[in-house]
Formats: sequence, C-alpha cells, structure tokens
Amino acid sequence: MKSSVITFPGSNCDRDMDVALKKFGFRNKMVWHEEDELPKSDLVVLPGGFSYGDYLRCGSMASKSKIMKSVINFANSGGMVMGICNGFQILVETGLVPGALLRNKYLEFICKNVFVKINNKNNGYFKNIRNDVLELHIAHNEGNYFCTNDQLKEIEDNAQVAINYCDPEGKIEEPFNPNGSMKNIAGIFNKAKNVLGMMPHPERMIDTSLSGEDGSLFFKNLINNLK
Amino acid sequence: MIVNEKIAIDHGLKKDEYKKICELLKRIPNITELGIFSAMWNEHCSYKSSRLHLKKLPTKGKQVIQGPGENAGVVDIGDNDAIVFKIESHNHPSFIEPYQGAATGVGGIMRDVFTMGARPIANLNSIHFGSTQHKKTKNLLRGVVHGIGGYGNCMGVPTIAGQTSFDSSYNGNILVNAMTLGLVKKDKIFYSKAAGLNKPVIYVGSKTGRDGIHGASMASASFDDKIEEKKPTVQVGDPFTEKLLLEACLELMAGDSIIAIQDMGAAGLTSSSIEMASKGNLGIEINLNKVPCRESKMTPYEIMLSESQERMLIVLENGKEEQAKKIFDKWNLDFAIIGKTTKSKKIELYFDNERVADIPVNTLVENSPMYDRKWKKAKLPKKNKINKDEINNLKIIEVLKKILANPNICSKEWIWQQYDHTVMGDTIQKPGGDSGVVRVHGTNKAVAASVDSSAVYCWAHPLTGGKQVVCESFRNLISVGAKPVAITNCLNFGSPENEENMGEFVECVQGIGEASSYLKFPVVSGNVSFYNQTKNQGIKPTPSIGGVGLLNDYTKMITMDFKEVDNIVFVIGKTEGHIDQSLFARVVLNEKNGPPPEINLFNEKNNGETLLKLMDNNLIKSAHDISLGGIITAVSKMCIKGNKGINLKKPKYLINEIEYFFSEDQGRYIIEINKKDQKKVLNILNKNAVHYDELGTINENVLFLNEKTKVTIDELKGFNTKWLKEYMSN
Repeated sequence: MKSSVITFPGSNCDRDMDVALKKFGFRNKMVWHEEDELPKSDLVVLPGGFSYGDYLRCGSMASKSKIMKSVINFANSGGMVMGICNGFQILVETGLVPGALLRNKYLEFICKNVFVKINNKNNGYFKNIRNDVLELHIAHNEGNYFCTNDQLKEIEDNAQVAINYCDPEGKIEEPFNPNGSMKNIAGIFNKAKNVLGMMPHPERMIDTSLSGEDGSLFFKNLINNLK
Repeated sequence: MIVNEKIAIDHGLKKDEYKKICELLKRIPNITELGIFSAMWNEHCSYKSSRLHLKKLPTKGKQVIQGPGENAGVVDIGDNDAIVFKIESHNHPSFIEPYQGAATGVGGIMRDVFTMGARPIANLNSIHFGSTQHKKTKNLLRGVVHGIGGYGNCMGVPTIAGQTSFDSSYNGNILVNAMTLGLVKKDKIFYSKAAGLNKPVIYVGSKTGRDGIHGASMASASFDDKIEEKKPTVQVGDPFTEKLLLEACLELMAGDSIIAIQDMGAAGLTSSSIEMASKGNLGIEINLNKVPCRESKMTPYEIMLSESQERMLIVLENGKEEQAKKIFDKWNLDFAIIGKTTKSKKIELYFDNERVADIPVNTLVENSPMYDRKWKKAKLPKKNKINKDEINNLKIIEVLKKILANPNICSKEWIWQQYDHTVMGDTIQKPGGDSGVVRVHGTNKAVAASVDSSAVYCWAHPLTGGKQVVCESFRNLISVGAKPVAITNCLNFGSPENEENMGEFVECVQGIGEASSYLKFPVVSGNVSFYNQTKNQGIKPTPSIGGVGLLNDYTKMITMDFKEVDNIVFVIGKTEGHIDQSLFARVVLNEKNGPPPEINLFNEKNNGETLLKLMDNNLIKSAHDISLGGIITAVSKMCIKGNKGINLKKPKYLINEIEYFFSEDQGRYIIEINKKDQKKVLNILNKNAVHYDELGTINENVLFLNEKTKVTIDELKGFNTKWLKEYMSN
C-alpha cells in the first residue's frame, strides 16, 4: 500500500506519521507542499503541526497550498484522505469536511490521553476494527468542533460523525469532552466517507512504551482495509 | 551624538569601565561603538562577576565532548550519537512580559542547541513564582505557561519535565529557566569558531527589527518602580519562523559548506559576530546596509543591538553561497551575505559607505572587565530545638493532607497538560515522574533529564544547598534507571554587588563543584543570572541544575507508580529525622530557621550506584527519590500514581513517627520489590553497605499505619491534584 504525507511549512507530526505508516506496512512518501502532483497513493495524510504558524486561522493558509489542488481532486475522485489535528483543521478550511474548529473551551492547549467511541464502522477507516472505544492522544489548542444546526442535522443524517469523546466504557457525556466540541465530536467524515478529519493522534500510540497501543489497532486495521 | 561619561553610565557602564574603553581604543568611542561595548561588557554577556568562580567547576569527563564556552555542552552517548544540552534563564523579560519573555526563552535555548547541528528532542523548564497570595502570581504563572507551551508546541519538540515553585522571595522577580536537549551525530557537530580569510559572513532567518534593543543590559540590572517602561526591551518570538529556521539549518548542515555558525541571542548581531571572530582569532567586516531590516531607517546602533529573534550568523565556505541560498529560499527565510572574515582582528562596520565602528575584537572579549567581588561566607545556622510534645500531638494524616496540597508539592498537571509532551513519538516517561525520558529515535537507548533547585536549602546554607541540588538531580536520574552523565546549571542570584548575595553565589558554586566532582557528574554548560532583585530585595539563591542521564536499554526504565499488591517496599538510605528547613517545618511548625539536611557524598554515590545495579538486574518494580515532604509524601505519590495503597510499618529506630515520616534527610529512595526477590535485593544492599528499612507492603487502596492513622488513596489524590486547578480557575 502506498501512502503520502504532505509537509507544509510548520508541520511537525509529519515524521511521526511517516514512522507509524511504515511500521504498519505502508510504503510512504513525504510530499513537499509546493509540489504540483501527488505521487500515486492509496492514502494521503495531512499531518499535525502548526502549518504557517497557525497565522490567520489554523489550517487556512495551508488549505490554499499548491499541492492541495491535487489533494482535493484526489479526494473528490474517491481517494482516501486523512487529516490529523492540524490536518483536520486544513480539511475543514478546504471544505472537504463540514464545520469549523474553534479554540478549546477553556482557552488552553491540552495534551493528554482521551477515549473515543467509534460512531460509524461502515467505511474504509474503521471497518472490521474490533474495538468500539479507542484510547488515543490529543494535543491541540483549537479542537472545539462547531457547525451550524443545519450542518449538524445533515452530518448526523449522513452518519458523518466518525468518533466522539467518551469515557473508557464508551459513554458520550460532557465531562469527557476535553475541548467543548459540539456533541463531543472528535472526528468527522465527508459525505462519501473517504475523507476523515480527526483531532486525536493515532501515530503517538503505536507501541507499549508510548502512551498506549490503540493507534496500532487503528493502523493495522486501516492497511488491511485498503488491501 | 558625542559620547561622554554620562551617556556611558546610561548604558549601564561604570565610570571606570568607560575610562577603560577610552584607553583601549585610545579615543572616545562613537555611539555605535559605545553600544557594542555596553552589550559585550554587561553582566549577562561578560560574566564579569562570575567568571572567576565558574572556572573552578569540574567540566571534564570521559563522556564530555564539549564543555562550557560553546553554544551548549555536548556529551557522548555511544554509537556515534551525542546529546547537546543547556539551560538558560529568561527571568527579567518574563516578569515584564510573561508570555513573550518565556516564549523567547524557550526559543533561544532551542536555537543554542540546533546551532550545534543537533535536532532538539526534549524541552524542560524550571519556573519560580512569588507567593500564591501575591496579586501578580496568577497572571505571571498563566502567561509563562502559555508562553512556554506556545513556543515549544509549535516547534514540535516535547516538553518532558519541569519544576515549579512558589516563594515570596520571587514576588518581584520571577524565574524562568528553559532547558533543551538535542541529538546529533558525533562527527556532525558544528561550532562557532570562524576560520579562514575572506570567507562570506551570512545572515539568515528573520529580519531585524527594533525589538529587544538592550535586552541583555536590562537583564543585567535590578528592577525599580519604572519597570513597566522596560517593555520595549523584551523580544517578540515567532516559533513558526524558528521551526523553518531549524529545518533550513539542519538541511544546510547535512552538507559541508558551514565553517562556523552562531545564533543571534543576547546582544544579537554584536555578540554573535564578535564571538565568531574572537574564537577564530580573526576580524570581521560587515556592511550594515546589507542586513535585512523589518523597519525603515534603522541606525547602525539599532541594527547592532536589536535582539530580534530567530536569526543566525554563518561563516560559509567560498563558492557555497548559491547552494545555501536555495535552501533558505525554499524555507522562505531571509538570506544575505553581509560581510567577510578578515585578518585585521577587528570588528569593522560600514553603513552608507562610512565606517561606523572599528574595534579590536580582543578589547571586547579578553579585555572585558573581570571582578573579584567581595563576598561574605555564610555561617551554618544552629539546629532548632523541636518541641517534641508539640509534634507528638499532630495527626499524621492531617499533616500529610496539608503537605500534599501545598503549592510546592501538589500535582502540576494543570501546567504540563498545556505542553505537548508526546510529539516526536519517543516520550516514554511523561512529566510528573522523577525525570522525563525520551528514546534516542530508532535505537534501544533513551535519555533521561530532570531539572531541580532547592532555594530554601541554598538560602539556609549555600554550600550545603549547592551540593544538595546536584545530588537531587543525580537521584532523579537514577530513580528512572538512568546512569547520570552530566549537568548544566542556571545560576539565579541577587546582586553581585551585595556581599551577602555574592557570598551565596560563591558558596553555591563551590557546593555544586564539590558534588559534581565527587559524583563524576561534570558541568558542561550553563548560564548566570544576577540582579534578580527589586530595589534591595534579592531572591533566595536559586541554582537550577539540569541533569542528563542515559539508559542503554529503554525497556529497563523505571517509573514511580506502585505496581502490584503484596510487593514489599523499602527505604534505601538512612533516616535521621532532620526536620529543619523541611517543608514540614515551614508549613506545619511555621519554623524558618535552622540548617538544611547534611549531604554525605559517599552515601549519595554508593546508594545511587547500588540502586542502579539492582535495576540493571531487573529487581526493582518502582522507585522514587525522597525529597520535599519526606518518606510519607514520596510514598503517597507512588500510591497515587499507581492507584495502590500501602500497609506502613511502625518505624524501628526513630521513636518519633512524625520525624521519621516527614524529615528530609538526603540520599534516600523508596523502592518496590517482589517478595521472591527480597533475599537477592537485601544481599546486594548488604554487600554494598547500603542502609535500608522495610517500609511496608502494597495493598489495594489505603495508606494504613494503624486503625487511627489511615486514609484512602482516592482521598489523598484529591488533595494532591485539586489545588493548582482550583487556584488557577478562581
């Protein structure tokens, strides 16, 4: 399986994503934001970080990068595109997924483990995954998901909510919402479910010495689904 | 403007110093030259009060590749890998403008590390604030934490450990010490020594603005009532540009075009160009019209003294300019050839076709003033007579709750959750343990780091305090299973012109030297921050020690959380019941006098090395050093972290339980072992003549001494974790 990780100026989880993808069998290429064309890929990842220093609005300038035209075309033709953290913010700015990511409710950067409930397994990302709840890691300042009521209705009608913040048992309630996201939303799909944006970082949970191993479950499942 | 004595004094120079400048130049300096002298001769850059004493520190060792004198120290960790590290203060600016002050402190120290070719792999910090009742404390704490996070998070470097303390002596002068570790290949280390004639001098990074002019001079003076007016001397950070600068520099360093490289930190273009010339025994000629400026009509004086951030100066090989420029263009950074190396041994500056400065380099560096300041030796305070009846009436659990919720003991999660501590995917021990630990990417090795200071002990007796901080750093590394390798120190003191403050400095340095020499734990880098005082009120002497240790096999790393019910817990090291200067004495008895606990370097080394042996034999399940708050505080933290309880034994030889549980004798650890290993462990301890006591056995969830003295771990956890969160949300 071939994957591509896009590096924008200010990306800082690009290497971590490269390490994770390779660990689980992807042949990964790093792609500089000024390239015109994506290499042939089965998966494109927009990594975390602070593209363009989060200036203007998180993800806004990166969404206008040269390579993004090619990424948007790839997504619109059904290609798998995953945005993690800042990558999610970029996806929102391109309009590939609906909504916006506001500053965290308590106005502070949060770095910690969280639990997320998988809301929809009928897609290339979570199909066949054993668990209903994953323990993942978040590290962000602007992860507070927001959209209009009309958008929310549409998202829910189309089962576009991918994951919600929850407790270890999968209970989706306000105390387990780290950043004030609407309905505890931690990640969403586009309508066709080939584009996924999410705040948690599965690439930081890929071996027992790290914060945990549920990221490994995610990647192992992902590559099997792509085969 | 014609320079005179008054202008020189306004620049922070002393009368005698101005006279010396005129003598060295054999003329009156112009204003640009005066600015350059004032920047190079201030305390912050010249170490004029401290140099004499710093020379005595042990700086050599088997693993030391580079000691003090470069941008950072370097130690060998085997397999052609080396760790570059340093700690630095950003105290004065952080008090004036906490967000930017702290942020640029973090930015500056990371630049020091990647200037040497190393990719930063971990950040740490030691931050000290005034009393929690003081009206400024909350905002300063919030601003500093946001600043540290804002910069480090954006750079994508994990912040893995730190220290926070509160003490009214910091009411008018907070401390912000930032430390960075970087990883480099031993044969790809870059230095700041220029070499060769007519080599191009290159400016890269951000443009030069009017921010931070005289920042280093500001950091070399005490605060007074007009402190708000100093805001323009604080630099403004841009971590995004620094991230680009990091990537661009590392890309250029992968080739072979750099002769020397130096970041523009304190005193900006002035000190960077002069340091490179001085180390290379060369001259440098700069055309200031070529310096990329952010604002129009900047004068030579402003360009030379600006402390705009995210800038580097590079001496390149001839003919490599185009290739280098391409890299900086790719990263959207300024690149300008601003001058060349010369044989004149002078710094010569041109602006609008006129020579605006012409100074022999040695007058700025070798001939800079050095003072043997007067200092007062501190006496060892007399021991307090503790009223045993008073303490016998205390209830252990009530005291424990009070101590666990004390601002200097309580959980600092509110702080470190705002720092990205997991980016780079190699953090295997997060903040909140004895040391932070990161793997050496792609290997079985890991590096542990911690930062410590014990201002109260240093204040009570500087010599003992100085030794103690080094020992505590040693213990914190050993507690996670790392072999201590070397330290960096950040020496925060009051005014060197005050004999008592100077005495505190001299004796703390002596203590640090004695301990680091005995423990073979050399000092490889550091920084001195004097004038941490407002009017005549100085801070408590606060040397911060950043320790670095190595684990050859990261799977042998130890954490402090209790692991398994029925495992046995021992105290290593002897408990004598030293209560003076303990947290217990201050918080419960309200007693501030007396000597700090004694340091026995033989026991310190022997206990630590024996524990490492036990760890290497996989005999230790968890470990934690005993520091503030004594045995019971340490054991409570192990319970809280592991969600387990302990059945404590009645102490055997110290009759008084309060003394046993709350005293702060040094050289001690708590260890958890499996029952089946007990014989082996005790054999090794006996063979090495290490004192130990059995402390108890791990249970499900209660800290239990007897029916009257027990508490659930959940309750203890509440006391420990709530305080800071509640304080910051009110």
